[in-house]
Amino acid sequence: MNDYSNQRGHISAQFSRELEGVQGELLNMGGLVESQIEKAVDATLEGDSLLAEEAIGLDTEVNALERSIDEQCARILALRQPAAGDLRLVLAVIKVTTDLERIGDEAVKIGRQAILLSERGAHDETGIKVRSIAMRVNTMLKAALDSFARLHVEGALSVILTDDDIDEAYLDAREWLVEFIEDQPETLRASMSYLWILKSLERVGDHATNIAEQVIYLSRGLDVRHLDSAKVRDLVS
Amino acid sequence: MFEPLNETDVRPHVGEGDSMVAVSVRHLSLGYRDNPKALKDISVDIPERAVTAIIGASGCGKSTLLRCMNRMNDLIDGVQYSGEVMLDGLNILSPGTNVTALRRRVGMVFQRPNPFPKTVFENVAYGLKLSGVTSTRELEEQVEQALRAAALWDEVKDRLDDSALKLSQGQQQRLVIARALALEPQVLLLDEPASSLDPTSTFRIEELIYELKQSHTIIIVTHNMQQAARVSDCTAFMHGGQLVEFGQTETIFTFPVKRETEDYITGRYG
Repeated sequence: MNDYSNQRGHISAQFSRELEGVQGELLNMGGLVESQIEKAVDATLEGDSLLAEEAIGLDTEVNALERSIDEQCARILALRQPAAGDLRLVLAVIKVTTDLERIGDEAVKIGRQAILLSERGAHDETGIKVRSIAMRVNTMLKAALDSFARLHVEGALSVILTDDDIDEAYLDAREWLVEFIEDQPETLRASMSYLWILKSLERVGDHATNIAEQVIYLSRGLDVRHLDSAKVRDLVS
Repeated sequence: MFEPLNETDVRPHVGEGDSMVAVSVRHLSLGYRDNPKALKDISVDIPERAVTAIIGASGCGKSTLLRCMNRMNDLIDGVQYSGEVMLDGLNILSPGTNVTALRRRVGMVFQRPNPFPKTVFENVAYGLKLSGVTSTRELEEQVEQALRAAALWDEVKDRLDDSALKLSQGQQQRLVIARALALEPQVLLLDEPASSLDPTSTFRIEELIYELKQSHTIIIVTHNMQQAARVSDCTAFMHGGQLVEFGQTETIFTFPVKRETEDYITGRYG
């Protein structure tokens, strides 16, 4: 098996630097959206609208990174005509950038709901549900980015397998929230905000899964998108 | 125009058989005085009516392998072969092979266009005359057919009596291809056919290769990896006289199995 590795330099050192540059920028973007999500979730839990504004504000930087990485990838494709592992790296970076930008958009949505919640009044019981899912999603996102940085197929696989649990936790929390609204109809507006936040967190989990799938494509050349997780496990094990 | 390759060759070669393999190379080794191990135990099946590219660094043996397909290496002093190159069920390396008949069946085009210092018409008619076509009408028909097949007819139909040397480099290369096609070869060997051409002429040759593979087996040696990726269906990567990897071009250029292949096509240190 010829797993991708960028350790062996190109004869053109400049080409190696270009690929390393785009990878480095992607990981910076990953770190930024990670902290964006963290801030948005903390703002929700602490009713801190200033922190929520901060999370929303980071989106400008995330969008600029998306444009910059896309430009670098287009330049590499046009001028270097990469092949094999280098081609897969550029294709994977383009896709991962899109997912990171969308995670940033989810952070903005969570931030906006956090501001509304600070006005509508948070309730602790739902906050606990959000905290629990947010922690798991954050861990998943970190693991996805880490597996991309280290081209670690097993790490990516574990992210993909975790997504099933997140989906289930989201459905449970939503069900719980519906019952909560039935019991306490006066919390309807705030509960709707929580519902949007839970949905956003579930979407972040999906994007982390997409990133993990790109790690498998990059390392093994396998396209595991749209397969169920058990099938992915069989393919990469 | 069927001419047997040896006394056991009785089969007409055009349009015969459903075999998917055009040329089967088996345990082929080749050496000569300056390079006793130029090719080392190569086995590969070249698919029929498809383009196979042979890539690899200078001196890896790719041209030597190509030249085994029509015995051009016989011209090297003291050359020694072992193994087989099977064409139409016959080992063309065997001593009884009619090499002239073989080269008619396996045409070759070189890096630099090499038209004869004759008219455009005479260049294409030359081989036909040598193989016994004498009727003017038949010659005219076959020359036109070959020039059309080489995508050159429209550009030279009013200049058939001009010297071939007046054509542009790109046109000369297509003329040489027409000259080879006139003899209705099964296999066409192209040794860096576009390396001396400008980008427009290169794209014309590549387009022509795409057209020709509908009816011919094409084997191309090229240093230009992007060209190999664009024109070929299968790619063979050679290194140090050995065949390192052979597979679908798409696979070789997106996910090669061997580390050496990956290093070569991505321009890494081996």
